[in-house]
This record gives sequence, structure tokens and C-alpha cells, in this order.
Amino acid sequence: MGTLVQTLASSSSTLSTYAAGLAAHEGEAHAATGVTAYAWLLVALPLLGAAVLLLGGRRTDRFGPVLATGLSWGAFVVGALVFLAMLGRGAEDRAVGIDLFDWIAAGSFKVSAGLLVDQLSMVFVLLITFVGSLIHVYSLGYMEHDPDKRRFFAYLNLFVAAMLLLVLANSYLLLYVGWEGVGLASYLLIGFWNYNPAYATAANKAFVANRVGDFGLSIAIILMFFHFGAVDFATVLGEAGTNANQGFMTAIGLMLLLGACGKSAQFPLQSWLGDAMAGPTPVSALIHAATMVTAGVYLVVRSAPIFEATPTAQLVVVIVGAITLLFGAIVGCAKDDIKKALAASTMSQIGYMMLAAGLGPVGYAFAIFHLLMHGFFKAGMFLGAGSVMHGMNDQIDMRRYGGLSGAMKITWATFAIGWLAILGVPPFSGFWSKDSIIEAAFIGEGWRPWVFGMTALIGAGITAFYMSRLFFMTFHGKKRWTDDVHPHESGKLMTIPMIVLAFGSAFLGLILGPTGFFNSWLEPVTGAEPEGAHPVIPVPVLIALTLFLVACGAAFAWLRYWRDEVPVTAPSGSLLTQAARKDLYQDQVNEALLMRPGIHLTRSLIFADSKGVDGAAGGLAALVGGTSSRLRKLQNGFARSYALTMLAGVVAILGALWVMS
Amino acid sequence: MTAVAPLALPTLPAAFQQSNVDYIAILPLMIVFGTALIGVLVEAFASRERRQAIQVTLAVVGLLAAAGSVILAASHQGLTMGLTDGATNRQLFALAVDGPALFMQATIVLLGILGVLTMAERFGGVGPDAFTPSGASTPGSATETAAARAGALTSEVYPLTMFAIFGMMLFPTTNDLIGMFVALEVLSLPLYILSGLARRRRLLSQEASLKYFLLGAFSSAFFLFGTALLYGYAGSVYFGDLSKAIASGPLAMNGLLLPGAFLVFVGLLFKVGAVPFHAWTPDVYQGAPTPVTGFMAACTKAAAFGAILRLAYVGLDTGRWEWTNALVLVAILTMVVGSVLSVTQTDMKRLLAYSSIAHAGFILVGVLAFDRQGVGAVLFYLVAYGFSTIAAFAIVSLVRQNGAEATHLSQWAGLGKRYPVVAGAFAFLMLAFAGIPLTSGFVSKFGVFSAAVDTGGATGTVLAVVGVVCSAITVFVYARVIVLMFFSDATDDAVEVMTPSVSTTFSIAIGTLVTLALGVLPSALLDLADRASLFVR
Repeated sequence: MGTLVQTLASSSSTLSTYAAGLAAHEGEAHAATGVTAYAWLLVALPLLGAAVLLLGGRRTDRFGPVLATGLSWGAFVVGALVFLAMLGRGAEDRAVGIDLFDWIAAGSFKVSAGLLVDQLSMVFVLLITFVGSLIHVYSLGYMEHDPDKRRFFAYLNLFVAAMLLLVLANSYLLLYVGWEGVGLASYLLIGFWNYNPAYATAANKAFVANRVGDFGLSIAIILMFFHFGAVDFATVLGEAGTNANQGFMTAIGLMLLLGACGKSAQFPLQSWLGDAMAGPTPVSALIHAATMVTAGVYLVVRSAPIFEATPTAQLVVVIVGAITLLFGAIVGCAKDDIKKALAASTMSQIGYMMLAAGLGPVGYAFAIFHLLMHGFFKAGMFLGAGSVMHGMNDQIDMRRYGGLSGAMKITWATFAIGWLAILGVPPFSGFWSKDSIIEAAFIGEGWRPWVFGMTALIGAGITAFYMSRLFFMTFHGKKRWTDDVHPHESGKLMTIPMIVLAFGSAFLGLILGPTGFFNSWLEPVTGAEPEGAHPVIPVPVLIALTLFLVACGAAFAWLRYWRDEVPVTAPSGSLLTQAARKDLYQDQVNEALLMRPGIHLTRSLIFADSKGVDGAAGGLAALVGGTSSRLRKLQNGFARSYALTMLAGVVAILGALWVMS
Repeated sequence: MTAVAPLALPTLPAAFQQSNVDYIAILPLMIVFGTALIGVLVEAFASRERRQAIQVTLAVVGLLAAAGSVILAASHQGLTMGLTDGATNRQLFALAVDGPALFMQATIVLLGILGVLTMAERFGGVGPDAFTPSGASTPGSATETAAARAGALTSEVYPLTMFAIFGMMLFPTTNDLIGMFVALEVLSLPLYILSGLARRRRLLSQEASLKYFLLGAFSSAFFLFGTALLYGYAGSVYFGDLSKAIASGPLAMNGLLLPGAFLVFVGLLFKVGAVPFHAWTPDVYQGAPTPVTGFMAACTKAAAFGAILRLAYVGLDTGRWEWTNALVLVAILTMVVGSVLSVTQTDMKRLLAYSSIAHAGFILVGVLAFDRQGVGAVLFYLVAYGFSTIAAFAIVSLVRQNGAEATHLSQWAGLGKRYPVVAGAFAFLMLAFAGIPLTSGFVSKFGVFSAAVDTGGATGTVLAVVGVVCSAITVFVYARVIVLMFFSDATDDAVEVMTPSVSTTFSIAIGTLVTLALGVLPSALLDLADRASLFVR
């Protein structure tokens, strides 16, 4: 009971700040001025790139990739200028609404397409444009010899545009447009090498899993319209806490969560992310690590007032986050494919963010903070993995790596920084973000802090194990290379983005975290951290405990994968290892629970359809066709019969009216 | 000498008084009429080599000027004017410059520009490709060349088109039955001629022209007969008086009202191709030169529906309980016959003709909503349908086999594989005709049906249900065309898509883009149509 009261009290305070923020950009004082009025360029520039490259065809082969990269940097420059303009204003005046045009006006349903440039969307804009542009540069090197690289860059630009639209939209409907846009770009890029049937299947799998999630999001939007009569953030979020029906709020929250699960590969819709690694590595880095997969976290944090109005949905968010966190970590321990291991780690890290987002005001800022840090270190490590694959003839089996630290010094160094960051070793960025989440998870009363806190804590230990395993198997130990590979460092186009991201992984957390800048920056949107909330275990003890577990995990990995010989073929392993290798049987579960009943349902539907519906439809069609052929004979080509038809028609209709009256 | 009494000359009463004419309000009409007259002079005096270029430029410039002047006239809207009988102070020939009239004028002018540009297609030849300089000669033959050398050109199509456009603009603007009849004839006569000018399959074209003329004259007779009956009933042909007379209801003459009203409607329903007055449509659409067909399908329909709206909402509004049932019957017949018959068509132009009949039925549903919402929906529908249909016919004119248009459906098989852009545009237009979302067709159908359900009462609901069922039938037809183009193998490789000149490309592009734009962002035009939906009395 006490928890509930506390939650409610904190939520009402958040709501008032939120409403104030939203009211602020309704007013004239915060109409977009100066550079902020041009924020639409953020979406327009990359969209223009995609259009030019796709419509221009082969003509743009020569300059297309460079143009796409330039436009992406252009979007970053616009984003940076808007950010500086925002810094220049007081905290309460930072959120700015930009109306673009009246989009839909159907009866009482009116949606104007507009952008909401506030502190939260700005964090995403900077992350997307900066990391995105770096990855554009990296791709110039990585995709250099691909005959289709123009198409690749067009899709990348399309993705950047859609992702920016997603985070800048001022209504759920416009967000949905961006949401579908990133899904499309992701689908196209996973299946980029679609001449390989397995890759095309992977793209389809991602597509289907995302459909399930998108279905949830669309239902949430319909429910919102039904309940609030509007779908813009200002109305929906402003009214969510005031006159909302509890049942409706829970339904909307759960449906939003379903959408978030699909996009962010959270339990139970997580199965597509591993297969999505079929796409080119820069895609994995940008879309399936740094940005798109974190859209679910954005959705939950953006919809904070809805979740705060419904403790049930909020609890489900935390549970989903906790399950995914452990799930991804366990799967990551057994994968030998370097990209799939990283994908499992992404899933697990987003689990952390989701867990934090479900905790309410104590967690929002940390969720976004971890998201930002993760964007840097995970993208950096994916680019490192790409660089390794480049040097190893596109081999992905880590059991065939080993001892690469000598051959690829820059890759090794940048990867090492990413590794330390994700382990949460101070002072690297992951320490500031992940430790805060673990602390936040321990806040509360009753059983929850213990269950969720311990999960987050144990997750940190497992993370340390599997990431160290990955790092040691790749860069240290004995060389287990196949005969024909000659590892070499990648070119400057690829190493420079890696170095930049490594700098971010090393220092960004230190700059933003302990200074308190990030939390106070987000405060107007996410609400202030409640006063006097302390973890059930004292903070210094928690930090020590976390670091101890991390050290244990890393040491265990050192024993098994650096000191000891790593077998070239995987040993059969324990039952848990076997299960983890098969993604904890998620595909089998999906198959048994969804696919087989689905197939049976489809078959019976087909039977009913062909016998019943098609019978009726076929009969109707035959009727229409028969009538048509008979009526056609009236059209005999003689003007006299036509005139007679007219006259007969007039007489018949007049006669009918005469009789009627 | 006896004084001769001065001859008692009867003094002439001021029989006809002209009310004050607001020239700005009728500027669009005057510009188009003036352009047509100048076009006649150009025919007479311009040198043969430059006549074609001058005529096209003149027509386009004139239409653009008219479009601009509509905006000017919009500031003067909401007035009626015309000739008044001084003795009885009764209106004789009247114009009403109001929202629906100006909206239709602008629509017709803009569609007219696209129509003229499609007619101007030459495919690198001397004159416009679709029209023959001498009706008796086969294309490319020695006689045709001789005729061309002797000075027979086909640039007269442009002034003819301008006269037709003038008539069409006048049609929804007239505020009395006689004026409406004049407009009807002014727009029809040039179309009869234009329909017979096809260069290829000339006999079909000439036959179509004659049929159109005969049946058109027949329907005009109905219109006049109806006018006479209504005059007998009300003692006036002016819509305002008609409406008042019906409202006060001289019961003795009641037997004249219903037949009179319906017969006048017959004349107008003939023009939109409503069943059972539709029989000319497939034959004429097929026979007429394709650019003329497109122009006719788009502009005549717009003009005639404008006139139907004015007659139904201004002239006969007070007596609508008498004639509504007749129109409901016609609307249902039109939708059903149009959609059912389109199923078995094998010729692309005939298919589009039946599709246009079905669309006429859908638009009638909007008319029968008897509400401002319905007027707005009908206006929107006419714009959307006009742009799609001109582009569709323009594409039909590009698909050729050995120089002649390949209009048989089998010739379109597999076209999508070889000409993805053109076939893609055509497929998109088919989706618009079918009323698939994100095309203008969806918004327009949604508009008329929802207006009928909202304000048309039980009849409106029945009409909307029939409309939706018929739409479903037509979806099959359009989907079949798409499947044919993209999923069947070509039977004949000789079918090719000609590369059009800038003018036709422009028409197709604009038509397709408007179809898309009105599907994605319809609010601006919906707003405008809604604001233009008030009639002046």
C-alpha cells in the first residue's frame, strides 16, 4: 500500500511538470524561432538523400554514397545548432513545438503533423545523427567493393530520416509513421544481401516479429483515440493522469509495451534480433544496436504519464526488462558467432533500459542515459567486429579467431575500451549508467527491489563473463586461424569512426554522469527523481558488490578462454549451454505455440474458405459475369435501339412514379 | 386638307432590361469565349506551318488566364444577374456566380488544360497525331499526305475545344432552363465534331460521332419538352421562380410537375451517362480520338453534374419529394449496370467507359444526400475523378501496336514488365478508380457515401450500400487489369509504349500526382469544396 501511495504521489508531481512542459510549447512564447524553426530539415535532408539515390538510379552510383554521407552530417549540423539554441534557453523554455501542416481532418479526428523538439528528442537526435554519420563514413570503407552500395546508402539515409521522424513526432500517429519507416529500412537492410536465402528469411522473420509489435502499437493508438479523442502527445499525456479510466490506461500501456517489445527485441518478441545480424555489419551497429532497437525504450519513456497511471502495466514493463536482461545474457554466453554474441548482449542491455524505464521517475533518466552510452560503446564494438571480419575474410566464428591483438592494434584498442565500458569498469561510460540502473532497481519496498535488484546485479556479472569471453576469444589466446586468412588492420575510413566512438565510450559517461548534467537536462521531461529514495542496500556496498561480480565474471572468462586452449569445434557442453546456443529454444517455443497452431488454423480456414466463402464468392462472381454477358447483348451498336432504350427508360420510370403516387 | 391625326405609334415598353453586369464575375467565361473566337481568326489568317503552335499556345494561355480570373471572380461571387422582362419584372436569362459555379469553372479550366495538352501530342509528326486532316483517307496514305499538302490541317480542334469548354463553364453557371439549354448545346456541338475526327479506325469514330449527335439531339428534345412542361406549371423558366411556384403549389397543374422535372433531368443525366440514358457512352468513348475521350469523360461529367446540382438544389428543391424516387432509381441502375457490365469488357476504352458510368452512379449518390456535405463531396469527387481519368486515357493513347492504339485487353498483358513506369502509373490510376486508400478515389467515394448515410435518410443508406457493393465489383475489374499488366506474360511483343512529348508527359504526371496528393492530403481541397458548396438563389 505504501508503495502505491508513494508511486501515485510521485506520479502526480511528474504529471504537473509534464503538463507544464507541454503547455509551454502550446503557448506562443515557445513557437519555434531562429534555427529551431528549421528542425524539419533534420528529417528532410536524409530523406532527400534517399530519394535522390533511389530515384536517380545508376546515374548516382559515383557520387551517391558520398552525398548520402554528406547529408547525414548535414542533419547532424542542424541537430547541433538546434541543441545549442536549446542550451541558450532556460530549462522550462526548451521544449518547442513546430507545426508543419494539417495532416488528417476526418470528422472529429484531426491530426496536424508537427515536431516536438524537447530535451528527450534532442538526446536522440544527437545520438542518431552523430553515430549515424560516423557509420555512414565507416560504410564508405566497409562497402567499398559492393556493387550495390548506392542502394545501401539510400536505405541508410532512409533509416536516419525515419528514425528522426520517430523521435521528433508530436503525435503517436506521426511516431507510427517513423516507426514503420525504420521497420521498413531495417527489413530492407537485413535482407540487403537477399541472394542468400537464409538472409532473406532472416529479414522476413524480423518483419513478422515487428508486425506483431506494430499491431500492438496501432491498437494502442486506436484506444487512445477512442478514449481521449486525440492522439497527440499534448492531449493524451496531459490527460492520462487526470481523467483516465484505469482499465483503459492498463490496456493502452500493455499495447504500447507490445509495440516496444517488437521493435526493441524484448521478451517474448526477441527472436528476430539474432537473425537480423545477416545484414551488413554497419547496419547491425547503427540499427540493431545503437538506435532503432532502442525505440521501444523511447516509446515507454515518452509515454511515462500513461505508465504512471497504471502500476500494473508499469510492473509488466519491469518484468519484461528483467527477463530479457537475463535471457540475453545467458544466450550471449554460448554464442560462437561474434555478431550474434553482440546481438544477445544488445538484447540484454536494452533489458536493463526497459527495467529502468519501468521503475518510473527514479529510472527514466538512467534508462535514457544508459541508452546513450550503449549507443556509443555497442556501435563501437560492432564496428570493431566488422573490422575483424574484414580482416578475416568475413569469417564470423570466434573459435577461428584468437591473438588478433597483434595484427589489428587500433581495432583491439577501441574494442577494449568498449569492453571496459560495457563491463561497467570505472571511469568508463557504462559504469555511470549501468550502476545507476542497478541502484535504482534496489529502490522500493517489499519484494520488488530484492528481485529486480538482484536480477540486475547478477546480470552485470554474467555480462562481464560473456563480453570478456568474446573479447579474449577474439583478440587474445592462441591463434586459431584457418590457413588462408591474413589479418590486417582496416583502412582509415573504418578506423577513425571506431576511434571517435571509443573516445565517447571512454569519456562521455564521465562528462555527463557524475556532473549531474544529464539528469537535470532531462528533468523537465521525465520529472524529478523523488527525494529521499534510497536503495535497500547502501550505495557504496552495491558498487563494491557489482564490481566484485564483474571481476569474477571476467576472471572466469580469462581462465577458460585466454589461459586455456579454446577448442576449434565447440564441445557439446552442458544442458544449459546447449539451450543457450539455441537461444533458449525460443524458435522452438514460437514454433510449437504459434506456428503449428497457426498452420492448423490457416489450413482449416483455407478449407472453410475454399468450400464456403469461395463457393459463395464464386457463385456470386458467376452470377455477375452471367448477368454481364446477358446485359451486354443490349449494347448492340444500333442507334435506334439506344434511342428506344432511352425512351423505354423514361416511360418505365415515369410509369413507376405514377403508380407510386 | 384635313388634319391628319398623328400616327399613334405605340411606344415600345422597356421590354428587356439588363440588370447590372458585374464583368469581373463573368471574366472567366469571357476570356474562354474570347480565346475561342481568336482561335477562329487564327485558323483563317495564320500560316499553316505555325498554326498548330499558335493554337496550342493560345488555348493554354487563355485557359491559364481564365483559371487566374476565377480567383478574381471569387471575390465577386454570390450574385445573380441577367436579362429582366421590364413589364413583369421577371428574370429571363440568368447567371448565378456562386461557389459551386466557380468551383466547377476552375475544375473545367484546369482539366481543359490537361486535355488540350494531350490533344497536342504529335509524336514527331506535323499535326496532332490523334486527328485526321481528311476523314476519307487512311493514316500515312498518299491521299492523307495530299490532303495535308493542300492545306487541310486539324488545328481547328483547339477552337472547337475552347467553345466546348465555354459551354461547359456556362452549364453549371446558368440559373434558368433556357440558358441551361443553350449551354448544353454549346458544349455538345463541338464534341460531336471532335468525336468524329479520329485518324485511325476512322469509320468507328465517324459512326460514334453520328450516334452521339443523334442521341444527343434526342435527349435535348426531352430536355426541351420538360422545360415546356415546367413553364406550363410555373409560368417561368427562372430557377428562383420555379422553386417559389412549387413551394406555393398550384395544385391544378400538378400533373405537369413530375414529368417536367424528370424530363429535364433526362437531358442532363444523358450527358453524365446515367442508365438508362448511357447507351451512347461505350460506343462514343471507344470511337472518339482517345485524347477527346479523356477530355469528354472528365470535363463533360463535371459540367453536367454542376448543372444537375443547381437544378436539384436551386430550381426544383422545393419539389424534390416528387422526383427524388426517379433519381434514386436511376442512381441504383447506373451503379449496378455500370459495374456489372464493366466485368465482361475486353476493350480498354470501353472498360473505362463503363467505369465512368459506374462513377456517375456513385456521384449521383452524393447528389441525393440533399445536404451541403453532399455538394462538397460531389465537387471533390468531380475534381479527383477528372484528373485520374484524363491521365488514364492519355496513357491508353500511348500503348500502340504498329502505330495504332492497342486497346484490346489481351494486348496489355505483360506490359508492366517492359514498361514498369507507365504501367505502374496506370495501375495506380486503376487503384484510384477502385477506391483504394491513399488514392483520391478512396477519399471521394468515402465522401459521397458518408454524406448519403449522414443526411440521406434510409434511402441514402440503401444507396450507399448498393454503392459499396458495386465498388467491390469494380475492384475486380481494375485488379484484373493490374494482374494482366504485371503477372501475365506478353502474348505479343509488338505492343509498345510510345515515348510521349513533354505535353502528354505533363498531363499524365499531373493527373497521377493529383490523384496521389488528393489521396494523401485531401484536407485542403475538401475544405475548399466545402466552402464552395453554397448556392446563391
